[in-house]
Amino acid sequence: MYELKFDEKMCAVCETCDCLVRCPYLNLDLEHAKKEVEKLIQGDNSMVLTECVTCYSCEEYCPYGNHPFYRIVELQESQDIYPAPKPIMNQQIKSMSPVGKGKVEELKDPVISLCAFPEAKKALRGDLFQNPNNYFGRDYFCNLMYLHFARSSIIKERLPRIIENIWKQKLNKSESKELICYHDECYATYTSWAPAYGIEVPFKPIHFYEYLYNRIRASMENITPIDAKVAYQRPCSNRLIPEQQHWVDDIFELLGAQRVKREYDREDALCCGGILRMQGRDDLAHDLQVKNLEDMEAAGVDYCVFNCPFCSYTLSEMVKERNIKPIMMIDLCTLSWND
Amino acid sequence: MEKIYNALTDIVGSGYVSKEPEELFFYSRDQGTSEPKIPDFVVMPRTTQEIQRIVLLANKEKLPIIPMGGSLTLSGLCIPHRKGVVLDLKRMDSILEVNETSRYVLVEPGVSQGALQSYLAIKHPELMHSIPDAPPANTIAGNILIHGSGHLSQETGFHTEMLNGLEVVLPTGEICKTGSGSISPKWFARAPLPDLTGLFLGWFGTTGVVTKLSIRLYPKPLKKDVMMFVTENPDHIPDIIYRVTGTKMAEDVNLFAQPKPDWAEGFQQTVINITGDSEEEMSFKRRLIRKSVEHYIKSKEGGFMLVLPQLKPAMKEAPLRELTRFADMMKGGGFEYVGGIIPTESFPQAYYDTLEIAEKYRPKWSIMCRVIGRGHAMMFAYSWPFNRADAKDVEMSRKALFESNISSLKNGGVIWKSELEGQRMMMEKMDPNTLNLLQKIKRTLDPNGIMNPGNWEVV
Repeated sequence: MYELKFDEKMCAVCETCDCLVRCPYLNLDLEHAKKEVEKLIQGDNSMVLTECVTCYSCEEYCPYGNHPFYRIVELQESQDIYPAPKPIMNQQIKSMSPVGKGKVEELKDPVISLCAFPEAKKALRGDLFQNPNNYFGRDYFCNLMYLHFARSSIIKERLPRIIENIWKQKLNKSESKELICYHDECYATYTSWAPAYGIEVPFKPIHFYEYLYNRIRASMENITPIDAKVAYQRPCSNRLIPEQQHWVDDIFELLGAQRVKREYDREDALCCGGILRMQGRDDLAHDLQVKNLEDMEAAGVDYCVFNCPFCSYTLSEMVKERNIKPIMMIDLCTLSWND
Repeated sequence: MEKIYNALTDIVGSGYVSKEPEELFFYSRDQGTSEPKIPDFVVMPRTTQEIQRIVLLANKEKLPIIPMGGSLTLSGLCIPHRKGVVLDLKRMDSILEVNETSRYVLVEPGVSQGALQSYLAIKHPELMHSIPDAPPANTIAGNILIHGSGHLSQETGFHTEMLNGLEVVLPTGEICKTGSGSISPKWFARAPLPDLTGLFLGWFGTTGVVTKLSIRLYPKPLKKDVMMFVTENPDHIPDIIYRVTGTKMAEDVNLFAQPKPDWAEGFQQTVINITGDSEEEMSFKRRLIRKSVEHYIKSKEGGFMLVLPQLKPAMKEAPLRELTRFADMMKGGGFEYVGGIIPTESFPQAYYDTLEIAEKYRPKWSIMCRVIGRGHAMMFAYSWPFNRADAKDVEMSRKALFESNISSLKNGGVIWKSELEGQRMMMEKMDPNTLNLLQKIKRTLDPNGIMNPGNWEVV
């Protein structure tokens, strides 16, 4: 089976332990962090394994790309530590298992993977998108969310087949062999997680925002500037692919939207709290959500922009209660587009 | 028979009596597995006095009378087992009085759940009644008289506990009232009088025809939310119910378990509805409920599922329309369930029994439970849909239902709204003095044995 490319020696000589020191939730000083890092290297029982909220931040903070979060998940699983209640975990595993009903389709470029979010389909409308080919379903689901449940084994088991399904059933007629990934998590699966485990990805993943940016840029005459202050709710999976963050700013710039300066943004972004609630850590989820929303409110934003549907499900009602409009990035683009 | 037909026509008018085979067909059956039995007549009276005259005629002619509301019990309680005249009460559909201050409504027996729900929403939007998860055509009377339950039952008990009194036409033709309505113009309570109302509750129409009911209304909250607690071990359920109901924060607590969709198999879903008038109240209630099951969350044995916003509206409905999807799962229009009223601690065994029965007879099954009172009991529905056009399918369902009855009784429960076979099983188990009392009351009230014969009858 697939092994994580984790360099123990690299961690052992790390002077800063950014992964744990910068963790927004553990509050460890350097001395304590070093002790816990040593345990993680040795595969011992560290408090990190039980306290980790699975926000993925440490993947971004590690200056060496040594996959501290993936290491944590491996150890959680090997030591039977469950971040979430087992029935929730098991039901999630069952609910998204491949069903073997994928269809071969002759899809021409561009091909967009909607993964497990069919509701995004209706957002791909109008001249902005010009009916791109897209697909979704359990047979194409990236499975990366099982990191939140400490189940790398599920991802290892399913992902090779998923990749094969996409390659043979959806990209067989593609000339570019590019796959536009609607969700950060899908893109991160193919560009971060799969390589970390030595799983080959035959197609070229493209971040949905790159595609969006190029679509908008090619037709700026159709854009009416939004002229609004926006907050961006950064999804956890974007932490795995921080090099893609710039697209958010680039798109906002094209749309005339001003991304406000606020405390809990970019590298200091807060988890939406949805996963924490599933883990049963409601008090922590509540505190984070209040901090996050108060931060947005204090910045005087008009919109809270999401890319992740799960973040949107979790926060939209609370956002609305503060007279901020929740909106998906794709809908913000459509809003400014003159059809 | 022609003489009786003419007499009935004289009472209700020719438009409201029928002996035509195509119309009697519909009154001979229901959606369950009971064998159809064709009545002699069907009548649709409009007034209590018409019913009185029909009852007097029936006594004279020794003609069975079968009172019928929506006929949605699924267990053949409105099927004319010994022929006779089906009394379809749906013309008696007036909402007679709503008393806002004392919070009650006086209705005729043909008023449907849907009609009352709509009426209150428009005319008295601050009030609601307890709504069963049945089609809106289900009548208030029909549901209450079989000890039904609904979305307020976790707080306030069976629907019979929300009943203030009745007007009844006795089997011998007298019209009488029970509860405060027998003394006062106000129908606000059953206590503190000797409780005669019980003579007509759960008797399946064998002790009289109810012509008015007064039921309690409740304040309608502004907000509603739903929480779903998922477990994999049914043995935990009694304790979970005990803890959640102990908070006194939930409005409704239901449990679901089913093999389809495939991700649902092996899990128990405890659905907790909470209501309130402010977000502060809602947050408080959510917190207390979460805290009550903290032990299970910490030990990773149970957890709250994120309920997607697009799914919440359907889950917050009363009645739950989603349940009807399961009822027609076999696409043959047949559905029946055994509603075992069981003590909460019997849930695990009833659950295992269901799986065993399903293994023997039915690949498709469903368990739906509603908690009654603060966990005082559960209505455990062993549900079996079937294709009515497939005789083998119907027979398999019958067998499953029979064993479900056995399970209910074996687990210390009582069968709710039972068909004849289940009634017989209960009477066999019943304390002999209780059984004697039951028969004595029936004989006293209905000396000619005309009221829905076959039911609660010792053979």
